[in-house]
Amino acid sequence: MSSATAEISALVDREYKEGFVTDIESDTLPPGLDEQVVRAISAKKNDPPFMLEWRLEAFRRWQAMVEPSWAHVDYPPIDFQAISYYSAPRSPEDAPKSLDEVDPKLLETYEKLGIPLQEQKALAGVAVDAVFDSVSVATTFKANLAEVGVIFCPFSEAVRDHPDLVKKYLGAVVPQGDNYYAALNSAVFSDGSFVYVPKGVRCPMELSTYFRINAMNTGQFERTLIVADEGSYVSYLEGCTAPMRDENQLHAAVVELVAMEGAQIKYSTVQNWYPGDAEGRGGIYNFVTKRGACRGKRAKISWTQVETGSAITWKYPSVLLEGDESIGEFYSVALTNNRQQADTGTKMVHIGSNTSSTIISKGISAGRGQNTYRGLVKIIKGAEGARNYSQCDSLLMGDQCGAHTYPYLEVKNPTAIVEHEATTTKIGEDQLFYCRQRGLSEEDAISMIVNGFCKEVFRELPMEFAVEAQKLLGISLEGAVG
Amino acid sequence: MLSISDLMVEVGGKPILKGINLNIAAGEVHAIMGPNGSGKSTLANVLAGREGYDVMRGSVTYGDHDLLALTPEERAREGLFLAFQYPVEIPGVTNVYLIKEAVNAQRKHRGESELDAIDFLKLVRQKLQLVEMKEEFLHRPVNHGFSGGEKKRNEIFQMAMIEPRLAILDETDSGLDIDALKVVASGVNAMRQGDRSILLVTHYQRLLDYIEPDHVHVLADGRFVKSGDKHLARELEEHGYGWLEEQADSGAGQSAA
Ligand SMILES: Nc1ncnc2c1ncn2[C@@H]1O[C@H](COP(=O)(O)OP(=O)(O)O)[C@@H](O)[C@H]1O
Ligand SMILES: [Mg+2]
Repeated sequence: MSSATAEISALVDREYKEGFVTDIESDTLPPGLDEQVVRAISAKKNDPPFMLEWRLEAFRRWQAMVEPSWAHVDYPPIDFQAISYYSAPRSPEDAPKSLDEVDPKLLETYEKLGIPLQEQKALAGVAVDAVFDSVSVATTFKANLAEVGVIFCPFSEAVRDHPDLVKKYLGAVVPQGDNYYAALNSAVFSDGSFVYVPKGVRCPMELSTYFRINAMNTGQFERTLIVADEGSYVSYLEGCTAPMRDENQLHAAVVELVAMEGAQIKYSTVQNWYPGDAEGRGGIYNFVTKRGACRGKRAKISWTQVETGSAITWKYPSVLLEGDESIGEFYSVALTNNRQQADTGTKMVHIGSNTSSTIISKGISAGRGQNTYRGLVKIIKGAEGARNYSQCDSLLMGDQCGAHTYPYLEVKNPTAIVEHEATTTKIGEDQLFYCRQRGLSEEDAISMIVNGFCKEVFRELPMEFAVEAQKLLGISLEGAVG
Repeated sequence: MLSISDLMVEVGGKPILKGINLNIAAGEVHAIMGPNGSGKSTLANVLAGREGYDVMRGSVTYGDHDLLALTPEERAREGLFLAFQYPVEIPGVTNVYLIKEAVNAQRKHRGESELDAIDFLKLVRQKLQLVEMKEEFLHRPVNHGFSGGEKKRNEIFQMAMIEPRLAILDETDSGLDIDALKVVASGVNAMRQGDRSILLVTHYQRLLDYIEPDHVHVLADGRFVKSGDKHLARELEEHGYGWLEEQADSGAGQSAA
């Protein structure tokens, strides 16, 4: 390894900034998974009978499935019986109605993360539904949303208060048996967010949730369901950070989006789970199923993600383009450093006629990181006039990392127009020296190059999130120069 | 302004510069000529602080700084500019963005405030004219897809924006047709003012037809084998480098020990 390469890797190496543990007593189930555990979780969540049945069905399916092994990731086998499947902060019964009622320790945690709730709330009217471990502890701006009929609440609350909506849409896009991790999630999911935007309503604020893992050895199984009814619009932001841990933690979330005729859902994620130490020990395993369905004409779903964390990322936010003229978009930045591995991409399934999709994927690999783009563009026989544009760019820092691109294409209709572009760029000593010769510090040079590389994705993020994403990349690079 | 004393540099254990002595006073233009592989770029890179060169002996004083103790960016902020022999492509970063960052880094170092957008644009337009570059260059990624000549012009444009105290131009003339050469030369000549010193590194004499140096030094096999005024360049053109290399071999002991 040349000294320049060493320096580049030193730059992108950093101590995980969110590595601290909040001391809140957890109410945790012992490790292991069987039907009794599923029943216990259901009981803890005060599930109505339909929900318990749904979980049990998922559990039965999961038992008959095997872990997928096709992804370009490498990790020791997970012992699913060594994981505890439920953890909640103490006294979830009296969940706070306002910030004043929130555990000050928790607020402190957010402060440390630089996400002071108070400020967040004041800023641009963002409603925050904070998921701390497995139970939602703070929900704000509910009243404003209720005024226009928007439902934004913890999933468990939706199960109790809006059972008809939940029954109608839960599993409608990601069925219980969709894949191994989705089945697991369906059996044991703890909580998450539920959003319903009624016909013709433009949601008056960005909806955001912060996830955080905080109990040793506890899998985190979020379930999010967003339904945008005809002609409505909603922008949803998801961001997460996690404290430093020694043992790998499993995270298997499911996100389902349903956009009816003329509706638009914009789903943005900044993911910063603990990636493990320089050798990859202790990082989060992030196996996520995210899928949206454009159910009606001219519906539109956009996924934007900035993935910087996790030891392993396995994630393919996808869109089913069922309605005619519907639109699917996927904008992604995935950064892997040290021993991080990411296998991420999207699936765009063109079903209706004159549907279109755009895929912009930016993979950044540093250290010994392995970054894989895996995408499928599928155009079924009946999908007349489908269009897809895909662009997959890789940025390599140093010479020990890897970038891999697997763009799968299945075109069954001859009227389709499909374009694919791919580039690979190396940031080497030459580029850094060039910038430094112009007076930029090495950090600023890297950050400029990385931000330049990602700008097509960043500009898709809502303003405050774009700033946060840039900051995140900045933090990732900060302090590494002595 | 710049004083190089008995500089010996190795690359990977191989001696490249074998005792360089050079003094450049404020406002002077010096030219270094020499055959390929004689060490011209090595000298330019060592002065700019590039990694991979081992300074075995000697010292370099720049203003009142020990130049070799500064990082590349500190040198740049102190007004040392290198026009690269091979300008680097940076996809994804626009030219104008890099230049803005560069100009502001220098200004910050001098304790000045950042240029506002209007002043910056005014300056940019003025300097673009100097090198006859179109404004669209600003919005293209740094050197990405530029022709050889465009890259060299871009270097001079950056130099004009940054307004360095000492500009080192490493073979800015090579690969240019005669029209481009004239443009680059007039750009450099326009920069020739006040205390600004310029070190021209070139393989060919023809650049010196357009930029008249105060001093010419001939580098061969890591040593200056001859120094003189602008006439030395012509002499060299007539006799060829072979003539001087013979002198270098016979006069191996002449550099300061
Ligand atoms: N990075 C390097 N590794 C090995 N040898 C090098 C390196 N850089 C320069 N050299 C050698 O040093 C000598 C001088 O090179 P250079 O300074 O580029 O010459 P010039 O610019 O005069 O053509 C050449 O023999 C070249 O091969
Ligand atoms: Mg050279």
